[in-house]
Amino acid sequence: MTGKSTLAALCLLAGTTHAAESATDLAALHARNLAANCTPCHSADTPAPNAIPRIVGLPADSILQRLRAFRSGDAPATVMHQIVRGYSDEQLSLIATHLATSPDLALDPR
Amino acid sequence: MNRRRFLHSLSLAATAPASAILAACSSAPRRGAAHVVVVGGGYGGATTAKYLRMWSAGRIDVTLIEREARFVSCPMSNLVLAGLRNLGDLTASYDRLRTRWGVRVVNDEVVHVDVTRRQARLARHGDIGFDRVVLAPGVDFLTEQIAGLAGNSERIPHAWKAGPQTELLRRQIEAMPDGGVFALHVPRFPYRCPPGPYERACLVAHYLRARKPRAKLLVLDANSEIQSKKALFAAAFAGPYRDIIEYRPDSTLLSVDAQTLSADLEFDRVRADVLNVIPPMRAGRLVDRMGIPLTNGRWVDVDWRTMEARALPGVHVIGDAVLAAPGMPKSGHIANQQAKLAAAAIVELLDGRSPDPIPTLLNTCYSFVDDRNAIHVATVHRYDAAAGTVLPVAGAGGLSSAASEEEGRYAAAWAQSIRADTLA
Ligand SMILES: Cc1cc2nc3c(=O)[nH]c(=O)nc-3n(C[C@H](O)[C@H](O)[C@H](O)COP(=O)(O)OP(=O)(O)OC[C@H]3O[C@@H](n4cnc5c(N)ncnc54)[C@H](O)[C@@H]3O)c2cc1C
Repeated sequence: MTGKSTLAALCLLAGTTHAAESATDLAALHARNLAANCTPCHSADTPAPNAIPRIVGLPADSILQRLRAFRSGDAPATVMHQIVRGYSDEQLSLIATHLATSPDLALDPR
Repeated sequence: MNRRRFLHSLSLAATAPASAILAACSSAPRRGAAHVVVVGGGYGGATTAKYLRMWSAGRIDVTLIEREARFVSCPMSNLVLAGLRNLGDLTASYDRLRTRWGVRVVNDEVVHVDVTRRQARLARHGDIGFDRVVLAPGVDFLTEQIAGLAGNSERIPHAWKAGPQTELLRRQIEAMPDGGVFALHVPRFPYRCPPGPYERACLVAHYLRARKPRAKLLVLDANSEIQSKKALFAAAFAGPYRDIIEYRPDSTLLSVDAQTLSADLEFDRVRADVLNVIPPMRAGRLVDRMGIPLTNGRWVDVDWRTMEARALPGVHVIGDAVLAAPGMPKSGHIANQQAKLAAAAIVELLDGRSPDPIPTLLNTCYSFVDDRNAIHVATVHRYDAAAGTVLPVAGAGGLSSAASEEEGRYAAAWAQSIRADTLA
């Protein structure tokens, strides 16, 4: 599914299922779910040092730039170039924004 | 309400030590809050419990019921067989789920789930009510399908659930004479961890090459070819392990003799010094107790928008127990992704909203081919409304070009990270 139709589906959902729920909220939810694809390898809770780079909390711009560089082949990779091809540009941007702010972390960090 | 009865039964449970009861009650269930019971604390269930608490910001009460006292990881357990890791390295506690996330963790076995009354029955702790239930029981083995195998897992270990079986097989490998034969049987697909048997062959061969150079390793594969990362494993079998590993496809195993450690195949008979039979497998038997129909008598078919059993809406099933979508492996990584899909859907459903219409899952499975070098396979899977299932995203994913030390570092890092994502 393309990025545009993703948003369209999300907006449709907003219109039909829950009037109070805005398309922005649904997009944020979708972003959160997409970003959860990344955390098995890039968990914010992984103890340092770890060979896989920590990305949660980095600026959204630099995450997105890096993801795009994997796709264009500008950044060398073992697996990331294969993974990013599974996401539209819009989805990569949602992921980057979510990972940068990560509002869903740490219920009670101790 | 059932929850109160459950707590009451906890407080009366004579068999459970007081500390366990206190731990189980570390955050008391609240009146009015929705309650989700998760059965099975492996890669799927533990992740579901954590993410339900995270994504509901603590609004949903979560009880995780696991029969083992501690989490033991199957990923990396093949390294234990080669003497490169200890089982202790793969073992973790559920403490952080309790203390950080407020999950009630109960160390017990679920013996029945009454879907109509929305109650789970525990072996020692009585009944516990729920608004929704998530079943993540992993796999059980169909040992009865191979004559002579049932009841002989001490002589013929599977080591396909990490724990005492892993250590037993390690001891058998160590005790093997130089010049001995290690025979590994791979069941017909689908089974837990498609590349796992071939990784095992490589790692055991790696150990044998150094310590018992005259030993042989027979891969008796019920399938007609290597089931994952084929060219990469074939390169290892034909390269560094050419004098040790012999790969025999189409090796359907009919019977074993635990006394003589011999295996009768359709067209052959093999005698081994160590016989490691990975039995055919199916969804954890827990699902039988609520009458969920199984596809091919083995796996639970689910609605991929919510991970609810198609035959039993309201009951979510995740992990290895699920009938995989096209091109999707049974892996810890996929169990993690299904767990998050289910958690996200449950939070929305309990709030009276529709779940994400386009769930996406990612898989990356690493395999070691020796103590340092690893290879990967990666796939992206997305819900396709027209197909009514999750499909691999065309053009995405792929394999390593060759085994490398760089990927060996990532493989070890992956294990640490997914454990943190699951339990920390
Ligand atoms: C040798 C080997 C290597 C592997 N390597 C990898 C790898 O590198 N990467 C990867 O992604 N995957 C790997 N896997 C696969 C991975 O281990 C599984 O896919 C994953 O564990 C599935 O998660 P699950 O939650 O479905 O099941 P499990 O992790 O098996 O968890 C199920 C849990 O449910 C509990 N349970 C079952 N029934 C009940 C009941 N009635 N009451 C209470 N508790 C119950 C069990 O005790 C168990 O703890 C490997 C597997 C093996 C065997």
